[in-house]
Amino acid sequence: MKRTQKINPLEAGMHGLFFLCGFVAVAFVLVITVYLVISGLPAIREVGLVDFLFGTTWDSDNKTNPQYGILPFILTSIYGTAGAIIIGVPIGFLTAVFLAKVAPPKVASAIRPAVDLLAGIPSVVYGMVGMAVLLPAIREAFNLRAGDTLLAAILVLAVMILPSIISVSETALRAVPREYEEASLALGATEIETYFRVTAPAAKSGIAAAVVLGVGRAIGEAMAIMMVAGNAPNMPGLFKSVKFLTTAVASEMSYAADGSLHKMALFSIGLVLFIFIMMINVGLNVILKREKE
Amino acid sequence: MSQTAVTMEAPREKSWGTGLSAGRKAYDRGLRALVWLCAGLTCALLLFLIGYILYRGLPGLSWEFLTTQESLLKGTMGILPAIQNTLYVVVVTLVIALPLGVGAAVYLTEYATNHRLVNAIEFATETLSGIPSILYALVGYLAFSNTLGLGYSLLAASLTLAMMNLPTIIRTTQESLKTVPQGYREGALGLGSGKWHMIRTIVLPGSIDGIVTGCILAVGRIVGESAVLLYVGGMDSTLNNFFASLDKFAHSSGATLTVQLYVFAKERAMMDPAFTVAVVLLALTFLINLAAKVVGKKLRQK
Repeated sequence: MKRTQKINPLEAGMHGLFFLCGFVAVAFVLVITVYLVISGLPAIREVGLVDFLFGTTWDSDNKTNPQYGILPFILTSIYGTAGAIIIGVPIGFLTAVFLAKVAPPKVASAIRPAVDLLAGIPSVVYGMVGMAVLLPAIREAFNLRAGDTLLAAILVLAVMILPSIISVSETALRAVPREYEEASLALGATEIETYFRVTAPAAKSGIAAAVVLGVGRAIGEAMAIMMVAGNAPNMPGLFKSVKFLTTAVASEMSYAADGSLHKMALFSIGLVLFIFIMMINVGLNVILKREKE
Repeated sequence: MSQTAVTMEAPREKSWGTGLSAGRKAYDRGLRALVWLCAGLTCALLLFLIGYILYRGLPGLSWEFLTTQESLLKGTMGILPAIQNTLYVVVVTLVIALPLGVGAAVYLTEYATNHRLVNAIEFATETLSGIPSILYALVGYLAFSNTLGLGYSLLAASLTLAMMNLPTIIRTTQESLKTVPQGYREGALGLGSGKWHMIRTIVLPGSIDGIVTGCILAVGRIVGESAVLLYVGGMDSTLNNFFASLDKFAHSSGATLTVQLYVFAKERAMMDPAFTVAVVLLALTFLINLAAKVVGKKLRQK
């Protein structure tokens, strides 16, 4: 980029302006990190890192002896995410195989916009339909007093991660060179055998990216599961009312007093969640980079 | 061998041909059935969702519902404030995020030569797009409501949403900038145009479709967002008069459509109006997806 003409102030100014715009994204990440770390550390220091992370009771409303242990939230987030992945990934992956390989092109092009629509529906709408349909159904089916359970949250999450798993794995399956499949078919494998034993293994990093993306979505979702999970700080159980890391923040933000240890502890939960998410992002980047190579 | 030759010649019609062992036949049929089952399940799910929302929500949908505010005195039950607040948030967020996002994309594709810097910016964009909205809500509350003193306000929420939607706009703009042929740029520069002049007259007009697509996707995310709007933007449902004064513009708070839905469903246990709001949101999502598709198609035709 050697410029032979003399430097024009307008040009230099615009260059600077565009640089600033480019730098804004970096600045935002720094701002987010700094705010979460600075506001998240005091409560951890006060409660003690071990007691905070591994304490099994969260009793923020107790006036005389409040307890701030977030192990129930961490475990609930892990169980909930795992459950959503166990249900959502097989269905999503098989639907992706259908769209990319099995379906007649016309059928596939009719279903794809439907999947996009599923992706675009706001999360509170999922939560609301869960409240109206899932909760009574779970209450009836398992004879519980209330349907607000981890199970309900898992089902809602599984539906919510479905579209991103479908579209990312479909892209990965389509990117596999046609020759691989032709070679397999020529050796006598059936189409289905080819898709599952040749195409899918060849697309495995893309499918792994889909799973990791689903994990990120599921662990970060707040509003929809807040509407169906019951929001009691229990240790996780499929039929218990539970609080996730996200819903712990979301459900208590509005009433925790400013400056109290309670509010500080909510920021600390935010910090823990942020660390989880950053680990997932790094994992996703590693997978995507490997795929590019 | 002769049977395998048959499968090779016409794989689509004879995929479970006559020569397969019982085990392979079972594998083939079983998986094929599963694939169809899962695809059917996904479709059934979507049809059920849409059908159920329309079934519960449509009866409550009326002109009055869309154009009045809730009032015990007048006995009206409307969501006009939520519609207005949603519009405000969409417009203000885009006004902030669009120049920044397009500028960043232009910098990345047209100016940046330092690889490390480009990597840093791209890593930052990816990180921003992976952060869940509840964390944006926390940071927005801390940074804009507290530090900048905006309190619970739609302006603070819009600033937060601008951070959140920056990656979308950067990515789509960048993709579309890359489709402008290199020769156009060289032609303009060769004729003596300055770089900024070249960008303004050649590059940006040539990538307008991508920028519009980015905007549409961002609008979709803004309309669907709820956590940030609930914890930074507030949840009242009275009409705001944004343009009465600068103070009103900066400090008005209120519920958008998603927040209104949440308040109806969860806080006040009024499921019917909640479903009617869901019908409105569903229609908006559909229109936004359609618009993105139309613009995207135009982009590909170029």
